[in-house]
Amino acid sequence: MESEKVRSSRRKFLKSAATLAGATIGYSWLKSTQFLVHGAEPEDKSLPWYGIVIDIEKCIGCGNCAKACKNENDVPKEPFFFRNWVEQYTVKNDGSVIIESPNGGIDGFKQSVPDDEIFKSYFVPKMCNHCAKSPCIQVCPVGATYDSPEGVVLIDEKYCIGCRYCVQACPYGCRFIHPVKKVANKCTLCYHRLKKNLAPACFEVCPTGARMYGNLRDKNSELVKFLKTHTTQVLRPNLNTGSKLYYNALSSEVK
Amino acid sequence: MKFYLPPQISRLAIAFAVFITLFLVARHFLVPETFGQYGHYRGASLDDNAMPVIHFSGQQACLDCHQDIEDLKLQGPHKGIHCETCHGPGQAHVVSGEAKDIFKPSGREFCGNCHSSNAAKKKETIHQVNMSTKNPGKNCTECHNPHQPWKVKK
Amino acid sequence: MEPQHYKDLYDILAHAQGYIFPNEIDLQWGILIVVYPFITGLVAGAFILASLERVFKVTILKATYQIALLTALSFLLVATLPLISHLSQPQRAYEIMITPHSSSAMAIFGFVYLWYLMVVLLLEIWFDYRHSMVLWSQEKKGVMKWVYKILCLGVTDISPRTLSWDKKLGYIITIIGIPSAFILHGYVGFIFGSIKANPWWSTPLMPIIFLFSAMVSGISLVLLVYMVISRIRKIAIDLSVLDSIGKYLFFVLILDFTLEGLDQIHRIYEANESFEILKLLVSGKLYLTLFVSQGLIGTIIPLITLAFLQFYRGRIKLRKTLYFIVGMLVLVGVYSMRWNVVIGGQLFSKSFSGFTSFKVGLIGLDGTLMAAFWLILPFGILAFLLWLLPPWKMAPEED
Repeated sequence: MESEKVRSSRRKFLKSAATLAGATIGYSWLKSTQFLVHGAEPEDKSLPWYGIVIDIEKCIGCGNCAKACKNENDVPKEPFFFRNWVEQYTVKNDGSVIIESPNGGIDGFKQSVPDDEIFKSYFVPKMCNHCAKSPCIQVCPVGATYDSPEGVVLIDEKYCIGCRYCVQACPYGCRFIHPVKKVANKCTLCYHRLKKNLAPACFEVCPTGARMYGNLRDKNSELVKFLKTHTTQVLRPNLNTGSKLYYNALSSEVK
Repeated sequence: MKFYLPPQISRLAIAFAVFITLFLVARHFLVPETFGQYGHYRGASLDDNAMPVIHFSGQQACLDCHQDIEDLKLQGPHKGIHCETCHGPGQAHVVSGEAKDIFKPSGREFCGNCHSSNAAKKKETIHQVNMSTKNPGKNCTECHNPHQPWKVKK
Repeated sequence: MEPQHYKDLYDILAHAQGYIFPNEIDLQWGILIVVYPFITGLVAGAFILASLERVFKVTILKATYQIALLTALSFLLVATLPLISHLSQPQRAYEIMITPHSSSAMAIFGFVYLWYLMVVLLLEIWFDYRHSMVLWSQEKKGVMKWVYKILCLGVTDISPRTLSWDKKLGYIITIIGIPSAFILHGYVGFIFGSIKANPWWSTPLMPIIFLFSAMVSGISLVLLVYMVISRIRKIAIDLSVLDSIGKYLFFVLILDFTLEGLDQIHRIYEANESFEILKLLVSGKLYLTLFVSQGLIGTIIPLITLAFLQFYRGRIKLRKTLYFIVGMLVLVGVYSMRWNVVIGGQLFSKSFSGFTSFKVGLIGLDGTLMAAFWLILPFGILAFLLWLLPPWKMAPEED
């Protein structure tokens, strides 16, 4: 026979044990998600938090953006290394889709399908999506790629070990291994220009205003106004990368 | 019962302690100074990324000297287009002021990059010409003023 | 280096099919990354076979216990080297240990590896060999005397009480070791399985598939090593040992085959956005390595042979030969499986609209010769370990 005292002390013990266990699990769960989920808006509100809009309806496929990027960032000219590039999608009347990007679009595009076979056609400029929950940062084993306080995904060239895991993890194909520096390389949104209050090179040279960058925190910025009045979409929304590159008039063929 | 610590255990404990200490000491000296300053990365890398020299000077630098050209351009559809869109990176020219340091485009192909007809270009966005039938063999600038191309020379 | 690299890339570009992102022409993970999970798998598999003997008291496998442990160690010592030699900045590899990124599967692998090497494998071998090493240090003269002394870390106490602790602790380590071996290789699977950008890799089954193929390959390797060592030492191969290993191989291979089949059936039935491109991949570029090498040679033929050997009790020589061939075929099959995962996952574009191709060089840091070197080196280490710690000269066990 157990006495009331024993029972009550046991109850107490169980209660406190349960609380402790619950708290531990709760805390470790919070902690572990913090561990695994990246990004979200950085805390320093005084800095801008950059987002990008590309308006597919305005792009004329001149390739100036891709060319300017290579010039500004000393990217090797061989057609295997691009921080940004332009693709032409051509949906034919039979439903098949042709995608082309000769030399990343730098030399312009020649229409490869005759007009009467085309259902629709459009250009899609590609660049780093500067994801808020970027898979490339998640997988970097050493912290050589990171989200800057301004929401720009950058690479530490002095720290990158060249394991190429980030190249595998990027669903958009935006990363490559620099053939001379032997480290990962990608669009920095011309971080060196942003810091000098200059527009990134591709934005500087776009003749039609098809691309726009701005502060997502500033509700009065052109960018936020555009996002408010247009139906925009990110690439691969199913992957939940938190992409901050929004496309206007994005068609479903685009991956 | 007297507590008994097997000699293997104590010896291994020492070995592991030495190993872990060595690791921690090495770690102390190897981790870069600014690592973890803002997040799981080298804080100094932000400065590294801000360091590279610019090649495109930006529109304002062009306007500092060439406002006259800008005024021509402002009168028509080319008004929003920055100088470096056609002239390429201009910083070297801004620094030296010499004409040889800026690219002077010419030729049909160059204009065609934007103006050749393509099903993917919207009619409202850009004036398009069929490059193979429009005055073949001639340079566009023979008739068009490059800074006011909507005007055709008589 | 670069001009040749560019030349290769232009060649690949000329043969690209459909549309691939321009940065994807340069295929990032080559043959060394195929070798890495292959070697790690051999380690985990060999260890799990050794643990069977110890934990489940499969006394018939005693003959292979130390061989399996030393095989696991030889391959584990080499396991990270193909990875490191594949880095384009290998001199910075230490950063993985000093500033590991907690969300990176690759960073945590460094610690899983270290745990497995230091806490599991080395300790288990140490506890197992300590008695013998103390005896050897007393018998030998000169340098070797000191080598053994250092190897036992100066713990020369071989009183029955201390020896019984060796056994106890070794047993505990084995118990810890089994989940550790599972984690070690499951983790390698996770490195691939967690990449959501790549539909060929991204499946929760990946760690489990890697684990079972690891066991298959490790068991086969120990089988082969046991046969070769017996031949070299000119002692008779114990057929009951082969039968016993063969039985385990048979069952694990069935599980492995089922899991991989399940993965494929699931993909085919779900048929999501990546299905069309993956269908083209397996029926085209991966046809030989997937259906012929991995499926037929590495799985179906060994399964049928092993099933046959379960009841065939006839000619001894034939059975031995069949076991040897099965072991080889399974290794070829598992190597192909690693190839299909690593290379296959990079052959199609993440735009799901085209293919690149893989050109493997003979020489260079990322070439076939380098990969072959990392595959042969463990056997050299194993030979050395067998010389240093011969299982057949160990102190007799007392009960």
